[in-house]
Amino acid sequence: MSSCAPNDAQFRIQNPMAEFLRMERMPHIWCPGCGIGSVVTSMAEAIKNGGHDMDKIAVVSGIGCTGRVAGYVKFDSFHTTHGRAIPFATGLKLANPELKVIVFSGDGDLFSIGGNHFIHAARRNMDLLVICVNNFTYGMTGGQMTPTTPTTANASTTPYGNYEYPFSLPFLADAAGATYVARWTSLNARNITDSISEALNRKGFSFIEVITPCTTLYQRRNRLGDGIDAMQYYHDDADIQHGADTRTVDIGFQGKLKTGKFVDRQKPTYLDAVNTHYANVIGDDYQLYGKTPPEKQAEEEAKRAAAAAAEQADGLEAEYIDEPAECGGDDA
Amino acid sequence: MPARNTVAADPKGVDSGAHFMDGDHALAEGALAAGCRFFAGYPITPSTETAERFAERCPAVGGLFIQMEDEIASATALIGGAWGGQKVMTVTSGPGFSLMMETIGLAATTETPLVIADVQRGGPSTGLPTLTAQQDMMQARWGSHGDYRIIALVPDSPQECFDLAIEAFNLSEIYRVPVFIMTDETVGHMHEKVVIPEAEEIRVVERNWYQGPKGEYRPYRFTGRDVAPMVKAGDGHRFHITGLTHDERGYPALTAEQNDKVVRHLIEKIDSNAESIIRVEEDGIEGADVVVLSYGITSRIAIRAVQEARQAGLKVGVLRLITVWPFCEKKIRELAGKVKAIVVPEINYGQMVLEVERCAAGQCKVVSVNHCGGAVHDPEVILAAIQEAAK
Ligand SMILES: Cc1ncc(C[n+]2csc(CCOP(=O)(O)OP(=O)(O)O)c2C)c(N)n1
Ligand code: SF4
Ligand SMILES: [Mg+2]
Repeated sequence: MSSCAPNDAQFRIQNPMAEFLRMERMPHIWCPGCGIGSVVTSMAEAIKNGGHDMDKIAVVSGIGCTGRVAGYVKFDSFHTTHGRAIPFATGLKLANPELKVIVFSGDGDLFSIGGNHFIHAARRNMDLLVICVNNFTYGMTGGQMTPTTPTTANASTTPYGNYEYPFSLPFLADAAGATYVARWTSLNARNITDSISEALNRKGFSFIEVITPCTTLYQRRNRLGDGIDAMQYYHDDADIQHGADTRTVDIGFQGKLKTGKFVDRQKPTYLDAVNTHYANVIGDDYQLYGKTPPEKQAEEEAKRAAAAAAEQADGLEAEYIDEPAECGGDDA
Repeated sequence: MPARNTVAADPKGVDSGAHFMDGDHALAEGALAAGCRFFAGYPITPSTETAERFAERCPAVGGLFIQMEDEIASATALIGGAWGGQKVMTVTSGPGFSLMMETIGLAATTETPLVIADVQRGGPSTGLPTLTAQQDMMQARWGSHGDYRIIALVPDSPQECFDLAIEAFNLSEIYRVPVFIMTDETVGHMHEKVVIPEAEEIRVVERNWYQGPKGEYRPYRFTGRDVAPMVKAGDGHRFHITGLTHDERGYPALTAEQNDKVVRHLIEKIDSNAESIIRVEEDGIEGADVVVLSYGITSRIAIRAVQEARQAGLKVGVLRLITVWPFCEKKIRELAGKVKAIVVPEINYGQMVLEVERCAAGQCKVVSVNHCGGAVHDPEVILAAIQEAAK
């Protein structure tokens, strides 16, 4: 566990993230320069800026360094099994449809062991926001190859370089039926925040991929330098191309990175489809599943508007969470 | 023992009256009567009819059925569904049960109430999809890695599928534990009369909801006797659940001491309450020389053998397990000191008999009467074993 993350009382009081974090669990386990923390900061900002009712937000993670996110955020939060965050989130959302459910997990978790769940949740247009921290590796278990590791990149299980073909995640999400697909690098903090805000305000299956550095393993093993060098790469080689054809956004080793919002389309969510279909088939006798009664809806709307107005005045400043720590590895 | 506040069943889910239905359908009716409103499933013979029945009934009942992409997803969605506030269930058979095992460990350690029915078919692997077996009994007990406890019930008729489905939900709520209904293809597909009582006659254990202030909720209490109340996501408690070894707040606490605390609690909350959980049916045990111990469909076959043996003048008792896990240790210990032999027919190559042998500890003979999956016993084979054991 970490010895270098800030944990003094002063920091706890001043940290603008405190209301979003389980401060009693700090310091976190992430390494110096790791990109996961900055994505968490963006998520928190988006939730704050949107004036969302924090009691109605749930965060579900699988297993991995990224999977630890659920344990640090102060929402109803669930750290599940490896690969299964999406079916867990599906059960949670369907059992209590008033929740906004965010799945926050790694590339290995979501696209190797959990790949089947991802494509099916996208196909159903399940009302979930899936945020994938894509660091091209299994961080938690020590830097093995994942389904996103670029061809030729070195990983501990491809010590002579990777000879497999990686998934292009936006293309996969698009083909599977996701109704919102975006990709950013962790350098684009503001864009990530905006994307998460946008996704939180829409319904349906939203997918945001964030390319982040795993400094300890991927960067080091491929002699790519530290976190700063990763930022330099993102700065030099990432190019915002909103609406780009997802067939063209694949990533080669240290190659060009197309970022932006690629897909944003409307389609009934899974629960909308359930309700519309049963209402058609069964008629007036059918009681809509999981619908908030209109009077409660209005009340929630008003509360949200008031919160949003209040927040606009002060806003957020610094990002603290991606402060350095030693590498984790204890739930591998 | 944890509180058992029961309420009358919600009449919406109760299809009162006398029905002619198979065991699989009766499982779905039992679940609906118990208040289950979320079912995630994946088709597999011979269990699919339960999912189909639930899917058909749920729009009128205000429930939701979702066909997931596999059994791992089904079981995992149940844990999410339970923490979203619902009573939840799935049904499967051997291959699907195997896929669920990792998730069952998550349910056990997070103390999540849920019900899984395994309509057993012959294995291993794809085995005998349409033919009966009782080969998953030990898998139910030990299938997920690590130490933990579960509860498992075995019905011997469609009526009992209905009754035990309700019992399974009640036990899962009382002990915050996964409960399995270990039925089999024969009972699952057997049509018999099933009487569904009026809603007010069905006693249902409600979830024990936390009533305290926000910010002070603790999802766990490691007493080894009772369990903490539950909350649901969205109620403002901002709680955390993990499959890692955790403390009372639900936060990871990765030490050997804490692991021991958690695991001992998981074990003791069941073991210390075993006497109130366990249900068996007995007949003619007093003064018997031989006792036939069986469960599920096999106990119905065994009755024929017992009747014939009694007609031939043998003193034969019957012990039918309704609860298989936790196992009725105390009962077997006592019995073993009084009888010549315990005869254990089961459709597997000796699973529950291992428990009988363990508890009998050499005090009496323990005779296994078994064959692999595919068919129920020939009563004559059980009769021959009784006659031999009585010598
Ligand atoms: C069923 C199972 N298989 C394997 C593991 C070991 N494991 C833990 S985390 C992990 C990979 C995580 O990779 P990723 O999702 O990319 O997360 P990162 O650590 O890179 O953030 C693996 C293989 C496990 N916990 N469970
Ligand atoms: S191992 Fe890699 S992904 Fe994990 S915390 Fe360290 S830098 Fe981040
Ligand atoms: Mg990764």
